[in-house]
Amino acid sequence: MSSVGSFTASLSELDVPWTRSTVDALDGVLDDVLAPPTVAAPLGLDGYSLTDRSDVTLDPTPGDLDGATTGLTAAGPAIADYGSVVVRADAAGSEPVSLYCERHVAVVAESAVLPSMRAAIGELGDAIRDGLTGAVVATGPSATADMGELVYGAHGPTEVHVVVVEGR
Amino acid sequence: MASDPAHERQGHDAPHDDSHEDRAARIRRLLATEGPAVHENTVGFNEGRYESVARLDDYEALKEEARTIKEDAIERLPALVEAVTEAVEARGGHVHLAADAADANRYIAEVCTDADADHVVKSKSMTSEEIAVNDALADAGLRVTETDLGEWVLQLADDAPSHLVAPAIHKSREEIARLFEHTFDLEDPPETATELTRFARERLGEHLADADVGLTGANFVTADTGTITLVTSEGNARKTVAATDTHVAVAGVEKLVPTVEDLAPFVELIGRSGTGQDITSYVSLLTPPVDTPTLDFDADETGDPETREFHLVLLDNGRLDMREDDDLRETLYCIRCSACANTCANFQQVGGHAFGGETYTGGIATGWEAGVHGLDAAAAFNDLCTGCSRCVEACPVGIDIPWINTVVRDRLNRSGETDRFDFLVDGLTPDAESGGPPLQKRFFGNFERVARLASATAPLSNRLAATDVVRAAMERTLGVDRRRALPQFRRETLVEWFAGRPDPLVTDAFDDVTREVVLYPDLYTNHVHVERGKAAVRVLEALGVRVVVPPVGSSGRAPFSQGMVSTARAHAEAVTDTLLTHVEVGRDVVTVEPSDLAMFRSDYHHLLDDDRFERLAAASFGCLEYCYGLFEHDERRTEQFDVPPADRRVAFHGHCQQRTLGLDGYTEGVLERLGCDVATSTVECCGMAGSFGYKDDYYELSVAVGEDLRDQFTVEGCADRTVVAGGTSCVEQLDALLDRPATHPVELLARALV
Ligand code: SF4
Repeated sequence: MSSVGSFTASLSELDVPWTRSTVDALDGVLDDVLAPPTVAAPLGLDGYSLTDRSDVTLDPTPGDLDGATTGLTAAGPAIADYGSVVVRADAAGSEPVSLYCERHVAVVAESAVLPSMRAAIGELGDAIRDGLTGAVVATGPSATADMGELVYGAHGPTEVHVVVVEGR
Repeated sequence: MASDPAHERQGHDAPHDDSHEDRAARIRRLLATEGPAVHENTVGFNEGRYESVARLDDYEALKEEARTIKEDAIERLPALVEAVTEAVEARGGHVHLAADAADANRYIAEVCTDADADHVVKSKSMTSEEIAVNDALADAGLRVTETDLGEWVLQLADDAPSHLVAPAIHKSREEIARLFEHTFDLEDPPETATELTRFARERLGEHLADADVGLTGANFVTADTGTITLVTSEGNARKTVAATDTHVAVAGVEKLVPTVEDLAPFVELIGRSGTGQDITSYVSLLTPPVDTPTLDFDADETGDPETREFHLVLLDNGRLDMREDDDLRETLYCIRCSACANTCANFQQVGGHAFGGETYTGGIATGWEAGVHGLDAAAAFNDLCTGCSRCVEACPVGIDIPWINTVVRDRLNRSGETDRFDFLVDGLTPDAESGGPPLQKRFFGNFERVARLASATAPLSNRLAATDVVRAAMERTLGVDRRRALPQFRRETLVEWFAGRPDPLVTDAFDDVTREVVLYPDLYTNHVHVERGKAAVRVLEALGVRVVVPPVGSSGRAPFSQGMVSTARAHAEAVTDTLLTHVEVGRDVVTVEPSDLAMFRSDYHHLLDDDRFERLAAASFGCLEYCYGLFEHDERRTEQFDVPPADRRVAFHGHCQQRTLGLDGYTEGVLERLGCDVATSTVECCGMAGSFGYKDDYYELSVAVGEDLRDQFTVEGCADRTVVAGGTSCVEQLDALLDRPATHPVELLARALV
């Protein structure tokens, strides 16, 4: 199985919905998966910009974060074995955007899907030595079992949707 | 050493002032109150662990790698501390190496004052519990809010964690609902787990928005980059960092690993080992100060990431001394995953409020408590480790947790007062112990002498021991619970029987094997279960093996379990002297009792020099393991048996130490080869664990553990099976709990001989 195939298989096992999309079709996919209001950080895809979307707030204030239902961010690398995506901290606020809303939509370039945890940590090691200050390996929604049974949506998102961008 | 521990929080039983009765009463109370919730959760985690690690192709190799990284990191610790200090400071952060709890707390309070803070939010951290930072910050006039849902519940309830990973594991949903209702005086109180979670999220969201300083722990800190790794699920640790401008991370110095790449095996192992999740929701790799905008919820503004501040507090608090301590050092490899607690049959029943000290819980708590709070902090609960060893294979870094418990027990024994009843056992049991192990420990630890005397005077000794007067006296002076049936000593020991019997009939139908064996006459087989020994001799001879049963002393298992290491070592040396003379002339050593085999194959490496240990270990076998090997040599050997129809359906309980050695499969294999249908229990231990179940403090706990096993063997489909168990203890426990007898597998084989 290709890494992308096993990545999406892992997502399915985690009950994390996913979509594959080209850059051209991305807006249509986002129309479906963004539950408004949406806050976002730039997706870092060449030739695509969120500034054209009026339903998305970039550089959100704390109030925007609190009021939004969906947080849209880029993510990568992704880890095929685990169905994990890595959210990188940046000045555009990817970390809070991916954390504060009910739903996190993570956009992953196909080429960023790595087979294993070890490969991902290797890549992160290089990135950290290059100045990356925060990386969260996120797998599925936030969860707690502290209230007597398993509940999704503890302090972080209750649902995660992953979009894999083909050809990137 | 920390002096103002969290145990002063109400609801956490102070471990120091417990007399004999208090301990029994506390265990009884916890069995009834917190036990059920703890049991359900830990058993679930433990099952999850088995399933999750089975999905890894390279589990053993990952554990090996994790162990090697930890060994290396602790070895090079001073250099790693230097490296991390450089890395953090180069990025504008600050590092403080705190000598003890007071030093750490003083520093953290200063950071808060300098930041003009009045509210600190915290994510879950056992190290911060160790230094009781909440109390220290409260004394400095700060408000502290725990944001992990479980920790918040405990904070509201003024309770203490009972588990390393799931701190409020002892609280049921109903209790939490009542707590919220009363604390917040709610009209329409949340009830379901989802409602309770929502409620907590909202309340804590306000605290997070309000706070100035975020205090986290760290699961790992990489020395090359100063990267703090946090393994979490709720997202509160992420918010604790994101929502505050000043981040303080508190980590024991042992959390350092050399490089980011070294995180890989730990990230794969920690969740699987602990709660049985392949990975938790979030593994944060933070190399602060983090380049993420600051969040000012009041002003509804984001701010420049550049204004973030970071402090790493590296805590010594006894760890650097542990590093110099050959026996406690391994404790520093611990990644606090909780597997050793979840897999522990005793922990499953009572949880960390009994099986834990001032801060830490479960089997490894003995090492942590002795190291950071002092030997006495481990005294009250250390005996709850029975040495069953099930945690050893569960531990992702392969710590010999039972050995740490044995060593600490030994040290506690040596620091003890001489018991006023010591004269009772002195004449009976001259042992090699200096200082004063408690009387009960000396009695059980020197059981060989008791057994010899009792055999010599049997059956009178049995009749005498059965009288009410003697049982009452034994309970009062030795703590031997009178509800337990005592072993019935036999006048003629196995060794005596063997020496006096006519020449054996060894089958010579099989010419493939010319081995001779020493059947090891362990204490119980020699003095009590003599028939079992005879059965083993008959079976081995029927399979074409020549057997000798020489007089050999006891293995030292008994004193070893009581923490009487010198006495155990004296036994080990003497037994090895004798057995190696047989090994040298080409004999194998075959054992009936798995706990003695575990001594020869595993525990003796702590007691003997390497060469002697390895020679004996390589020559020692369990008797079913040996039969299995003989079947492999010549399949026709199975024709020596015709299992009677009544024995063809078997319920098998593998002895705990036998399972850890990976030998339980041989019993199943042999029985299946002889046409039996075998259903195997999944409980980790029968609960008897040698002397443990005899001790009056632990009798009820021992029975509670055994009930899990009884339940498995009395369900439909199992209730009519012949009960087979590998160890003397397991057979005794099963005999006490079931209305049908339990049998050692070699006895089942003997009665199937054609
Ligand atoms: S001793 Fe091993 S099993 Fe126990 S908590 Fe530590 S790492 Fe986990």
